[in-house]
Amino acid sequence: MLTQVDRGPRAESLLQRQSQFNRCGASTAAARQHFSALILSDREENELSVPEIDTRKIDNSFLRDHNYATEADIISTVEFNSTGELLATGDKGGRVVVFQREQESKNQPHRRGEYNVYSTFQSHEPEFDYLKSLEIEEKINKIRWLPQQNAAYFLLSTNDKTVKLWKISERDKRPEGYNLTDEEGRIRDPTTITTLRVPVLRPMDLMVEATPRRIFSNAHTYHINSISVNSDYETYMSTDDLRINLWNLEITNQSFNIVDIKPANLEELTEVITAAEFHPNQCNTFVYSSSKGSIRLCDMRTSALCDNHSKLFEEPEDPSNRSFFSEIISSISDVKFSHSGRYLMTRDYLTVKVWDINMESKPLETYQVHDYLRSKLCSLYENDCIFDKFECVWNGTDSVLMTGSYNNFFRMFDRNTKRDVTLEASRENSKPRAILKPRKVCVGGKRRKDEISVDSLDFSKKILHTAWHPNENIIAVAATNNLYIFQDKVN
Amino acid sequence: MFSKGTKRKFSDGDEEISDESLVGARVASSYSLQRQSLLDMSLIKLQLCHMLVEPNLCRSVLIANTVRQIQEEMTHDGSWHMVTEAFCGPGQSPSERLVATEVLCRSREQDAEPKLFSVISYEGCREEEVVADETLCSVSVSDTVSNVCLAGRIGQCWEKSELSGVERDEEALEDSRLGSGEDEEIDTEDGASTESPKTTGQVFGTFEIKNSSPAPDSALEELFSDVDTSYYDLDTMLTGMQSAPKMGPYDILDSLAPSHSSPSIVSTPKCRSDLNELDHIMEIIVGS
Repeated sequence: MLTQVDRGPRAESLLQRQSQFNRCGASTAAARQHFSALILSDREENELSVPEIDTRKIDNSFLRDHNYATEADIISTVEFNSTGELLATGDKGGRVVVFQREQESKNQPHRRGEYNVYSTFQSHEPEFDYLKSLEIEEKINKIRWLPQQNAAYFLLSTNDKTVKLWKISERDKRPEGYNLTDEEGRIRDPTTITTLRVPVLRPMDLMVEATPRRIFSNAHTYHINSISVNSDYETYMSTDDLRINLWNLEITNQSFNIVDIKPANLEELTEVITAAEFHPNQCNTFVYSSSKGSIRLCDMRTSALCDNHSKLFEEPEDPSNRSFFSEIISSISDVKFSHSGRYLMTRDYLTVKVWDINMESKPLETYQVHDYLRSKLCSLYENDCIFDKFECVWNGTDSVLMTGSYNNFFRMFDRNTKRDVTLEASRENSKPRAILKPRKVCVGGKRRKDEISVDSLDFSKKILHTAWHPNENIIAVAATNNLYIFQDKVN
Repeated sequence: MFSKGTKRKFSDGDEEISDESLVGARVASSYSLQRQSLLDMSLIKLQLCHMLVEPNLCRSVLIANTVRQIQEEMTHDGSWHMVTEAFCGPGQSPSERLVATEVLCRSREQDAEPKLFSVISYEGCREEEVVADETLCSVSVSDTVSNVCLAGRIGQCWEKSELSGVERDEEALEDSRLGSGEDEEIDTEDGASTESPKTTGQVFGTFEIKNSSPAPDSALEELFSDVDTSYYDLDTMLTGMQSAPKMGPYDILDSLAPSHSSPSIVSTPKCRSDLNELDHIMEIIVGS
């Protein structure tokens, strides 16, 4: 009824939970959602409480008393792993912080699997390109998890130029009783060794280490905006403004270029690639979106260089809405396959669209995220907000869409009931265990109590990055330098 | 009432037309004012960028496309034609002045000199407020009769004698520059067809002032011919700015105001004096 995904008996219980969630939402006109807020406090505070592994931490403890947002702490990407057990965030300072969900214990049933810091490491450092006299930012643009194959976790993280494969592993035992070295590791004088012993593994305090296993560099002239792991779990692709490269996870010294839209004469450049993703099930299929609002689906079996698309998804322009900003607001900032692989979701500046991959002429559904901004496009162009790249996510059953907006608002759209809700991620409005109150923006005329007028929106507080747990109704929302995790309340 | 020599731009038009079309003309003039300010803002955005970090290519492409769209519309209106005619010799068609993505990149022949603002943007810069959003955001781009009429009237306001006067002045200026070894301007004046790769790509091409002739570069080009310089083409936006402190969008405008003596954006004295000459031309045209 609610989803096309057939995942067996487990799906049934999920559907029941889903419908309960939706039914609760229908109770009042204000659409009360049963979300309780578990706010993860400012990440700086969290890092204090965890034994510090990374010795190169930036010390910003002096800022703790003030409510600054250090620019390096601005979260630039959020991603759950495939089981939802881990949540990774990357920031502008090149750091990755991984949170792990607590095991639910019978002793404390009300603490339903909270997320705590698991590992922190510096993924990328700022670099300087001497040839071009330009800095290469260390900001993490994207993180993608690899599916888990053993006890260790693997993720890909990328900045503008370099992709790195990180291995995160636990160590809770260490060998003791070596013959040739003493407990501190100093070499023992051989003449003092009179007996032989077998080293044994003794338990130690849990240590989580992150080590870079592969570094994929020097393949991109332009800024990398996306990475996507293939369903074959052997390859992945990295996408920059003009090219897409295919890598084997094991091989770092070569990659294949599969899409190249760079014109021979750069003066003729009018379109760039904005995002790309592999199909979740078909390892030969991928899509990429452009700044002109089109999405191309390519099949790697047709040719080595997939410059010719198999399908082109493009909606004809609405002539009544045409303005100088039409092209800019049609630029797609994010594209995501549904979990089923049957649908595509795209985000442009004002809307979220769902496409059926069998229908190229127009989207199946269009949802207005913040249409009240349509009359403000000129100001948004002036302050560059019109170029903000919002991401969008599906829930686990492909029935709800979520995306961010300004003023720390984020929006959810239920595809089945066609209802939508606006929620806010902010400290003042969310206490732990409190239920989020729906927000409303008033467009004109009388402003009701609790509504916000368009002119009071804070455009510096934008929610660009969100993530949805693959199976449960748990969402992670990044608001500048704060991470909010919300769960739905099941009675 | 008006001091001698002051140009009243729309006053002649006002007297001739009826009330109805006056309102239409006023709406259309506010539209073209807004369009102008949008054009200026876009050009500023293209030129200003982070000094150290590379500019966002997607953003630059979108802004360049917007500029091109405005230019095309102004060309259709005829208002673009008027402006370019004022500053270049006859025989060059406005279509050659269409902005490609030249601000994004340059061909290797050209020195990466800071681009001078065109006369149009210079003039428009005086109004520092961006005019209200709604009209710009919702206006249909297709030509309307009132737009075309207004453009025609603007043209009539500019007296022909004044135009040719400007041309004479400009040629005189260029003759003086010739002496110092500067011969690029003459190239753009005549022989437009042979220069088409350069002129097509230029932003408001006539004011492109290059400090060195291409000959020395060609030797260098051979040396580096196998280097992929596609990325260096983005230098356009960066090299001119590296010596200047980071400025907000309207700081640049202030520095280009007539009273300036040393605009901080330019890095060579040659360009500075050229800006002063531009200044001079502008004053003649605008009559301020």
